[in-house]
Amino acid sequence: MNKNKKTVLALLFLVLVIIAGPVAGRRDARFGGSDDAGSVMVEEITGVYKPWFTPLPEIMLGGEVPGELESLLFCVQTGLGVGILAFCMGRMVERRKWTEQEKKEKE
Amino acid sequence: MNRKERKLVATVFITCVMFGVSPRVNAMHIMEGYLPAGYCIAWGILCIPFLLAGFLQIRKRLRDDGRSITLLAMSGAFIFVISSLKIPSVTGSCSHMTGTGLGAILFGPCMTGILGCIVLLFQAVLLAHGGLTTLGANAFSMAIAGPALTWLLYLFCKKCRIRKRVSVFLAAALGDLFTYCVTSIQLAVAFPSPQGGVAVSLMKFLGVFAPTQFPLAILEGVLTVLIVIGLEVYARPELQALEAEKGEAS
Repeated sequence: MNKNKKTVLALLFLVLVIIAGPVAGRRDARFGGSDDAGSVMVEEITGVYKPWFTPLPEIMLGGEVPGELESLLFCVQTGLGVGILAFCMGRMVERRKWTEQEKKEKE
Repeated sequence: MNRKERKLVATVFITCVMFGVSPRVNAMHIMEGYLPAGYCIAWGILCIPFLLAGFLQIRKRLRDDGRSITLLAMSGAFIFVISSLKIPSVTGSCSHMTGTGLGAILFGPCMTGILGCIVLLFQAVLLAHGGLTTLGANAFSMAIAGPALTWLLYLFCKKCRIRKRVSVFLAAALGDLFTYCVTSIQLAVAFPSPQGGVAVSLMKFLGVFAPTQFPLAILEGVLTVLIVIGLEVYARPELQALEAEKGEAS
């Protein structure tokens, strides 16, 4: 295993620890969003705060976006990103393979 | 950018700063409707010069070297992925990272600003996350201020001859934290505490965001290092072309 691979594996393990640690360590937590916590804090400072504009999807749907739909849309976002990343990365990996092969053939 | 374009950006920048600051400048994402209209407009106007510069830079980059679209697309995709993942944090609430570090390191803050805005618009229109009215403020913190700090830190680390991976980590992690600091400042300025003014509010908002975001900032740094390692191995020609371009510019 070369040095790069070792670094990558160690870093991936660290990623896992950072994500799984809080979930395993804090069983009491509800894991709500911190963006929401921001708006709670706004109300704490100003008293009751009425947002002066509702999000576009909520206007179109006439109410809050259902949780399932929201997770679908978040998945679409992730999927789009991963798709582009994987497509480009795949092309590059393949390219490196044949450029190296060409080099060998020349020698 | 040629001279004419540079002049255009400078003029727009000055006008926008004047507009943004003079009429009394009146979080990750600030929620829709949670920022008074005056502030929304002010932050939005402040973004325009950066975005204009970013647009022109992207156009020029693609005209000069069509191949760099691969890396640009990957930087954008990285933001898409990273900012869609809500990660649990030690405080017991979830938050997400920005993912703008990669773009900032490769392309600088202006071009990353454009990529970040695309993501923010996507989230505001489809996900009810962030918001259209707060788009300007969110764009300033996530797509411009954070990447700008990342970019500056990366350049600084490079000057100090710190190892590349360490500097990528530091730049991306601190850029992520800085994004949340700017969000806190934006909220604090708009909602000064009746007892202690802006400073007390600022501490309160920082108290909400900072402990949650700290582990995530480290995570963002690690993930950015990972993708940079991947690119170093497989995208050497593209990276070298980018470096050469930067060398010519400076």
